[in-house]
Amino acid sequence: MRLVGDLFLLLGSAFLFLGALGLVRMPDVFNRIQAGAKAATLGVLGVLVGIAFLQPGWWPKLLAIGLFILFTNPVGSSTLARAIRIAGVRPWQKPAEESRALEEKS
Amino acid sequence: METEKAEGLGRYLVVFTGALLFWLLLTGSLDSQELLAGLLASAVVAVMAAPRMGILSGIRWSPVLPLQVARYLGVFFLALLRSNFDMARRVLSPALPIRPALVEVKTSLQSDLGRLLLANSITLTPGTLTVDVEGERLLVHWIDASPGTDLESATRAIVSQFETHLREFLE
Repeated sequence: MRLVGDLFLLLGSAFLFLGALGLVRMPDVFNRIQAGAKAATLGVLGVLVGIAFLQPGWWPKLLAIGLFILFTNPVGSSTLARAIRIAGVRPWQKPAEESRALEEKS
Repeated sequence: METEKAEGLGRYLVVFTGALLFWLLLTGSLDSQELLAGLLASAVVAVMAAPRMGILSGIRWSPVLPLQVARYLGVFFLALLRSNFDMARRVLSPALPIRPALVEVKTSLQSDLGRLLLANSITLTPGTLTVDVEGERLLVHWIDASPGTDLESATRAIVSQFETHLREFLE
């Protein structure tokens, strides 16, 4: 029980960490939302499952939290993305970076 | 008329069951007094909210509905797992292998609920993020779009895997 719970906690935290790293590394806001939305959803679910193993009595409330996250997270991400697009932000394009890299080389 | 009636009844049932399940999750006890209060509260909520839950009208009621929902959830969780490993690979690789672009995809789902679930599924699956929904067109931010992707191929790649499962129980 203890070991499985710790494992899930570790996995969840690892995904959350990757999500945070994605926020830093991604070039524009859309890609950041992508990294954040996926990693946060699975990371939080992993942490919740881990807690459920460590504290079996809490599972109903953990399940409620998990369902809530599962429904609100993608909606929030999409809404943010939509607002950003309407505000006039266009997605970052690769070719710009490639030409810049070429310039740096030459 | 018959189907309309059954649909209305199903709507009440869904709201009632959902409210009751949520009550059980929050109280976390099967004590008879708690249960009675929960039943009453859920009934009140169902009577008040069900007529306004127009979003539920897209559901096609059938005995195998739970089975279809379960299968969709299975597909969805697999996709969520894959999407996380996919994102982890991109984030950790030094070259940051992304080719982001906005693409349009088309859905044949007619109901609001179907489109909502589809949009959410797309957001949580490998490399895609729903940006906007206009009628049957969904605007999707794709982190790895091959150059020259058109509507048909993007639809095939992004939408179809969920749509086939969602269409079984949604309009």
